[in-house]
Amino acid sequence: MPRVVAMSEPPVLIPHAPGTNRDTEAAAAVAAAGGDPRIEPVADLAPADFSGYAAVLLPGGFSYGDALGAGGRLALELQAWFGAELREFARSGKPILGICNGFQALVKSGLLGCRNFTLAANAGGRFECRWVTVRVEGDCRSGWLEPLRDSLIRCPVAHGEGRLAAADPTAAAELERAGRVAFRYLASGSSGGAAGVAGGAYPANPNGSVNDIAGMCDPSGAVVGLMPHPEDHIVDWQRPSGPAGARGSALFEAFVEAAR
Amino acid sequence: MRVRDAVGRRGSAPEEPESAAATGVLTRIGVRTADHPTERRIPAAAAQLGVRGLEACRFWTVYHLEGLLSDADVARLCAEVLVDPVTDTVIVGEPDGAAWAVEVAPLAGVTDGAARELERAAAVLGVPPLRAATARRYELSGDLDEADIAVLEARLLVNPTIERSERGELGPSFSPTWEAEPAAPPVPLLGLDDGQLAELSRQRMLSLDVTEMRAIQGHFNSCGRDPSDAELQTLAQAWSEHCVHKTFKAEIHLTHTRADGRVELSHHDGLLDALRRATAELDGDWLRSVFVDNAGIIAFDDELDLAVKVETHNHPSALEPFGGANTGVGGVVRDILGVSARPIACTDVLCFGPEDLEEADLPVGVLHPRRIRDGVVAGIGDYGNKLGLPTVNGAVLYDRGYIGNPLVFCGAVGLLPAGSHPTEPRAGDRIIVIGGRTGRDGIGGATFSSAGLDATVVGRAGSAVQIGDPIVEKGCIEVVERARDQGLYNAITDCGAGGLSSAVGEMGAELGAEVDLATVPLKYPGLAPWEIWLSEAQERMVLAVPAARVAPLRELCRTWHTGLSDIGSFTSSGRLVVRHGDCDVIDLPMDLLHDGLPGRTLTATHRDRAAPARPVGPPVAIDSEKLLLDLLAHPNVASRESIIRSYDHEVRGGTVVRPFAGPGADGPTDAAVLKPLGTWHHDKAVALAVGLNPRLTPLDPWVMALHAIDEAFRNLIAVGADPDRVALLDNFSWGDPTRPDRLGSLVRAVQGCVEGARRYRAPFVSGKDSLYNEFDGQAVLGTLLISAVGVVPDLHRVATSALTACGSDLWLVGHGSDRLGGSIVADLLGLDDTRVPPPVTDPLPRYRAVHDLIASGRVRAAHDVSDGGIAVALAEMAIGGQLGLRATIPADAAEPGTPGGSPSGAGGNGSEASGGARPGLVAVLANEAPGRLLLEAPAAERAAVAARLGTLGRRIGSVTGSDQIEIHVAAGPAGGSSPATAGPGHLKVTLAAARSAFGCHESSP
Repeated sequence: MPRVVAMSEPPVLIPHAPGTNRDTEAAAAVAAAGGDPRIEPVADLAPADFSGYAAVLLPGGFSYGDALGAGGRLALELQAWFGAELREFARSGKPILGICNGFQALVKSGLLGCRNFTLAANAGGRFECRWVTVRVEGDCRSGWLEPLRDSLIRCPVAHGEGRLAAADPTAAAELERAGRVAFRYLASGSSGGAAGVAGGAYPANPNGSVNDIAGMCDPSGAVVGLMPHPEDHIVDWQRPSGPAGARGSALFEAFVEAAR
Repeated sequence: MRVRDAVGRRGSAPEEPESAAATGVLTRIGVRTADHPTERRIPAAAAQLGVRGLEACRFWTVYHLEGLLSDADVARLCAEVLVDPVTDTVIVGEPDGAAWAVEVAPLAGVTDGAARELERAAAVLGVPPLRAATARRYELSGDLDEADIAVLEARLLVNPTIERSERGELGPSFSPTWEAEPAAPPVPLLGLDDGQLAELSRQRMLSLDVTEMRAIQGHFNSCGRDPSDAELQTLAQAWSEHCVHKTFKAEIHLTHTRADGRVELSHHDGLLDALRRATAELDGDWLRSVFVDNAGIIAFDDELDLAVKVETHNHPSALEPFGGANTGVGGVVRDILGVSARPIACTDVLCFGPEDLEEADLPVGVLHPRRIRDGVVAGIGDYGNKLGLPTVNGAVLYDRGYIGNPLVFCGAVGLLPAGSHPTEPRAGDRIIVIGGRTGRDGIGGATFSSAGLDATVVGRAGSAVQIGDPIVEKGCIEVVERARDQGLYNAITDCGAGGLSSAVGEMGAELGAEVDLATVPLKYPGLAPWEIWLSEAQERMVLAVPAARVAPLRELCRTWHTGLSDIGSFTSSGRLVVRHGDCDVIDLPMDLLHDGLPGRTLTATHRDRAAPARPVGPPVAIDSEKLLLDLLAHPNVASRESIIRSYDHEVRGGTVVRPFAGPGADGPTDAAVLKPLGTWHHDKAVALAVGLNPRLTPLDPWVMALHAIDEAFRNLIAVGADPDRVALLDNFSWGDPTRPDRLGSLVRAVQGCVEGARRYRAPFVSGKDSLYNEFDGQAVLGTLLISAVGVVPDLHRVATSALTACGSDLWLVGHGSDRLGGSIVADLLGLDDTRVPPPVTDPLPRYRAVHDLIASGRVRAAHDVSDGGIAVALAEMAIGGQLGLRATIPADAAEPGTPGGSPSGAGGNGSEASGGARPGLVAVLANEAPGRLLLEAPAAERAAVAARLGTLGRRIGSVTGSDQIEIHVAAGPAGGSSPATAGPGHLKVTLAAARSAFGCHESSP
């Protein structure tokens, strides 16, 4: 049954698969940005009808234990059960955001339009939790990220399989050319200029991602995914140290704004 | 991606298929991922084992599928599920030949999560139903021989406790499918003599002594029948050390020989009672539930309480490090669920043998400390990360005392609305099990962990070790929180040691219970009734649910992908009655289970160490700069970053103080501060810390306990917690308590805890003992872990150890000591000092002062002085803050007015009057006397800080803009007589050298 959409507080669907675990923080970030987060178990979502929602947020965690590769099982369900609905959702311009495990699932399901990329094991060979700085790329084609262009976000990463890897050397260049790189890891302490990228160096680029890419968007710009967790930096006391600002809350404000 | 023709091996089904849909056609799929970390890890690890000829390892994940699959189905499974088009290579059918290939698969029945998900994925894809099993394949190449491969199999690739292996190809490990008629045969017991009773206990791994066996025999004599196997196992479990803590409830006669030769005899009517009394005397109105439930409960704010628990999982982790630690986390989180709380964080404390232990020094049957460490760390990370719980605090210790007995302490914290935890099952309530299915895993864990280890245990206790499934437990978390809020149950407990037997037996203790084991969902058929009843399969909770509320609970479970089964009801019969369909399994009176255990009387001896005639002091000529760098690089001081960062310490978004501080996030912090979601409307936060000092146990267990309490307490104070709201948890890991010397030191440690609770006015709210940590007659280094939970009044007023600003003052609270017994420097320099620093007699005034200064914002950084001593502590503050400092350390010999150690001067080896002697340079720099904190405060606050500290603290230096750590030692009181006396000294090391020695990762190489 489609819900009545109250545009003052756009309803944001947060699907919860077994093993999803950053759903409550994502919901808190959405609520703080003026949205109406609704965490729904995947079991209750089929058959898919997302017409009552203004945005979809796929949160972090270990869906199905990542037993067949990070996000792989969830990707299968996104495709098999929700694929048509999500594609239509994005085509109508409604924003879809995948964070960490949600990003992995978006990539592997093809919903980000980049089957020539994957998220592989971190270059360091193990799970890594640390704060990073990412820049929202100025030439990113995503319309709803526009208010954030060239701004910085500081927030933690926490993943074992976050290395963006391309099938061939030209794939990354094509992604860049198409304006689909949305977030890039910066060197620590960098204020964002062109020279400030991590340059592949650990730990600023915590996983060895190609071209320091931390997140990307689909060709339409409506679907956005990233490995770091902006939802873990929406108030100042969450930040370990360093200057004020660069909160992840700005990303959720743009996300909710696009859903209005 | 390379796909070969699907070559199924037709008609080779090993056993009868479980479901009618699966058939005997087998397909083998091998997947190799480019740049897989395992392919780098194996050659490196092989080299550490002395196998230097291994040049390359190709690592394959192997999937065995059994079902009516067409080639197209297999291709779809590969394309959609198994094979990543960017990174993976696939071979369907026989693998390529390899010079050396080793395949490893879980033993049948061991959790195989990938196989289960693959079966479900097939259903999502709409391919025919299949059974799946996984394996790993290592293709090894290089200059290798038979002996090399044997070493790699034994030491690196295979753990026979949970895995089987084969050179070349290995068939699939499908779950067992054999059927068994339910039966609970009688065990001949009536008429056995003492020797035969002891033999029966040993044979069936009951871990009961003859007195206990006689009590059981007495009961069945009066019934005129032999017990069933299930009844005997149920009693053994209910009466196990693990479940009832016989030693902590026993009457103990202690013979205590003081250092001066005096002998004191004393009688103790229960160690547990002593701890409880100490808590009761403190009468904190913020204590909600202590020592009675699965976890301790204390007040947090006006609406919410905190639940806290710390468990050990030592025996399983020794045998299967990953699975042992994995299920250790799972178990303690279920303890939190067992008091109806939502888990919000984990802690872990790990004790291993030396990581550089020579292979030749490794006893037969023991895994190398490095392998244990790597497995334990991976197991903890796997479970905590997948549950979405931040692992925020802990410790890692290396000592030879842990070679045969590694220790794994897992802690968890939860949050629940005050008064929301129901604890009264009623007659008529249904007995509901939620969560995972029951298998043969973990059978006998309770009795197994109540006995020592030796090289033969691996074979006997294989089934006592298991691999967890955190995703199933995550489902339980979601269900229990909602079921609690909807009032769906009258009581809840976790299925831990002893399985259903323990959970149902304890919940129904005052009532009675009837259970039909045929209703328990199994992972695979073929379990005997007693195995179902005693299985310690993970991820299960037992609830007492009124019949009318079963339906809404079932609906919740469906939504959250969690199993539910209704296995019986609580009754008012006072009896435990268990059937399996028509087969009678158990009929026992509840009071036999819970009150029938004969009390124990144990003998303990303890001998205080005599003062050494003349302690061997440090060499007079010492390079103090090298000393500081060596201390920073000591395995028990150096950075734990590579371990800690493999745990998610940020999930749930509430981490205020994390394991690291400073601009490079690489300075070690003293405690964690958490601001849980749902409490953001006020400023209070939770602080968590640990303290342990096992190197002092052999020297003076009483002082050791006080030092451990001081360290945990002080760590909390250092981050801003209120010293008048600290709760403590105790975890004792000790040897065989029937050996009087082991028990003697345990009693002294408990007495130290009781004294500590009084001195610090900090109640114990929960505790656990793990005894029989022995390997081949060698007891573990007796280890007391103190965990402390506190409240930070204002999350904006916290401190970390990292220096913050040039020009600030540095202050020292507390006094040092000239005693180096048990210290890192004594270990480093091989000093034979058995004198331990005396405990703090009146700790609260100093900690209240420090708290006031942090809470008022005057102190910006704080760090406790502990492992390695004050020079290390100063260096750590500089390392974290990336700022230089200059400090002058007072040459204290002791706290003013400190009489010595234990009463009667025992711990302090009384004859050594230490008051006026001037300690040597090494002692000043590196003694580990308790009660000390270093503070950083702006110079503008100097007068206010001085006024609040009074004589409790001294200004010792300042933060500088230089890149140097500059430490001077003041000339102390006259009269130096120590062999190591040196004149006033100083040392200077660069920040870069200190950071490098400590193991900081420099981002610009």
